[in-house]
Amino acid sequence: MAEEILLFGAWGSPFSRRVEMALKLKGIEYKYIEEDITNKSPSLLKYNPVHKKIPVLVHNGKPVAESLVILEYIDETWKDSPILSKDPYERANARFWAKFIDEKCLSAIFKACWGEEKEHEKAVEEASELLQFLENELKEKRYFGGETVGLLDIAANIIGYWLGVFEEASGAELLTREKFPKLCNWANEFVSVSAIKENLPPRDKLIAYLRNRFGVGTTSK
Amino acid sequence: MAKNDVKVLGAWPSPYVMRPRIALNIKSVNYEFLEEKFDSKSELLLQSNPVHKKVPVLIHDDKPICESMIIVEYIDEVWTSGPSILPSDPYDRAIHRFWAAYVDEKWFAAMKGLRSAQGEERKAFLDRVIEGLALLEEAFGKCSKGKAFFGGDRIGLLDIAFGSFLAWLKVTEKVNGVKLLDEAKTPGLVKWAERFCADAAVKSVMPETEKLLEFSKFLAAKMKGAPPPKN
Repeated sequence: MAEEILLFGAWGSPFSRRVEMALKLKGIEYKYIEEDITNKSPSLLKYNPVHKKIPVLVHNGKPVAESLVILEYIDETWKDSPILSKDPYERANARFWAKFIDEKCLSAIFKACWGEEKEHEKAVEEASELLQFLENELKEKRYFGGETVGLLDIAANIIGYWLGVFEEASGAELLTREKFPKLCNWANEFVSVSAIKENLPPRDKLIAYLRNRFGVGTTSK
Repeated sequence: MAKNDVKVLGAWPSPYVMRPRIALNIKSVNYEFLEEKFDSKSELLLQSNPVHKKVPVLIHDDKPICESMIIVEYIDEVWTSGPSILPSDPYDRAIHRFWAAYVDEKWFAAMKGLRSAQGEERKAFLDRVIEGLALLEEAFGKCSKGKAFFGGDRIGLLDIAFGSFLAWLKVTEKVNGVKLLDEAKTPGLVKWAERFCADAAVKSVMPETEKLLEFSKFLAAKMKGAPPPKN
């Protein structure tokens, strides 16, 4: 049976890039559809009527939404190059930190980069506390997933690439080598993996977009 | 297996705490329930969940697992001889996970908003809660395929995720004088709720509505009587 895999995404979104990273890691062919999130297509609204957001993966006509849900679906459907361990405790751990990144880290990072000036120091401190948890979680591993890139590495793409871009666009300093040597090493390893590298939005284009959308940031020089 | 190999740190009013307890009941796993005191967090909790400092926490062979739905999936994966909590088909699993995330991130957020809102805001939250229930009614039709639960013949992941909020839903109905689950608008969910609450795995851990209502009043009074925040 011919498989049809569609992915509705947006070039700058770490969430839709996560899905592409997983598909590429597993060598899965798919058709990518770029959405203009200011002018959502009828197809997107049909496939994700609840949230009306990207990414949406459509597999043989059946839609799956929410990036972390999609990652698990991909891992369960295409079993080559697994992104989750077989061990239940390690799986729970990866899921815990992925949720932590989505629920806590992104908004804290955002506040530190584009929040109010008088709140800036506090915002940096809060974001740093969160990053410290991830620094500790990495321990001596090459990737969060161990020897190979796993679900948590993919979920941490925000930290691995987008954070650096946010910093450059806004002038904020968060992921420094002094404070987070392990995370910095991990970020370099992460973006060097070919399935990841091929799926990173161009840096300059992203910086221009962010500055245009959110301003030049509280601490731009 | 010795009872103290499995512990759940929790609090009786919490819908999140109900979830792992239901899952353990489904799997017939004995566990020790360690009730947290209302206003203080135990050393064990702070050690086991340093990131969020919240219940529930499952402690299995001294290893902590946090976040209620992650704990439920862990339970399903460890105790494989019991009935399955997640469906076996990857697409069905994705649907259960999608709606479980929706319940937590969107629907219950609106319920909480409703609890503390005043005036105009209240109507807005109420509308959101009711819209959410309409979506869940539709999801129930699709997931259950005519059977008793979202999971089919037996309670599944999404039943646990959504059903754990039923006691608070009943309290909200009483406090606001509204019917949220309604035979006319959400007939499927009305019957499902009865079945869920009556299920053996759920009955013993679902708080009684009256008791929860008292607790809710106590919470509300405490919030009103709280000293003004320092500048």
